[in-house]
Amino acid sequence: MNIKREEQGNVVLVQVKEERLDAHNADELKLELANLFESGKKGIVVDLKEVRFIDSSGLGALVSGFKNASARQAELKLSGVQSQVKSMFELTRLHRVFDIYTTMDDALASF
Amino acid sequence: MKNEIDIQIKVPNQTRYLSLIGRIGEDLALQLQGFKGDREDLANQLNVVLTEAMVNAIRHANAGDPDKEVDIRITIGDNELLLQVFDQGQGFDLNSIQDPGFEGEELLETGGRGIYIIRTLMDSVVYRRIPGGNVLEMRKRL
Repeated sequence: MNIKREEQGNVVLVQVKEERLDAHNADELKLELANLFESGKKGIVVDLKEVRFIDSSGLGALVSGFKNASARQAELKLSGVQSQVKSMFELTRLHRVFDIYTTMDDALASF
Repeated sequence: MKNEIDIQIKVPNQTRYLSLIGRIGEDLALQLQGFKGDREDLANQLNVVLTEAMVNAIRHANAGDPDKEVDIRITIGDNELLLQVFDQGQGFDLNSIQDPGFEGEELLETGGRGIYIIRTLMDSVVYRRIPGGNVLEMRKRL
């Protein structure tokens, strides 16, 4: 999976450079987020600007990251959610769980 | 003019083929003749439903065995679209799979949303045993 990771102060920006976040690659994102929290990071922004499609496994990877963050008093926020991806968050009610920002700069500024 | 489409595809039991099958569903929706609804929505729905159904076949029904196969058949008539995903496994009890919870801790389950998504986006979903495996049949009125 193509992921770009960048430290911005205390926050790590994780840009998912894939058109699809699905059962084929979701575990890699899940592991990436788990490793970042494990190493003590307190804030992560996952930018989904390039993701045009998400399935239940992709959503599961993000939920796993969210739970990992909560358990460590850390935060995981999302940005760049495209319309079809947003509709999947709404279908599964997960839009009520995540802090979703329009751009990664907005998400970074919120910490 | 005839609008009937019938496509059959066989792929190995591996998640690398999800995107190929998802895209075929998406392209079919975008090119469907005479469809009056929101094409982009239908395209995403078919992409999602085919992806979820295939993951189900690959991981659960076929138990991740890379030597097995998944057959997909897409039939489009004037009023109905039928997606069939055939597995070669032991199968599962579709009726025992409940919808996920939407409150508190239940909303934070990391899995268990696939069948719910399929049921929500399609008009009818049936899973039945056939010689050599099972088929998940998903219908949508057009």
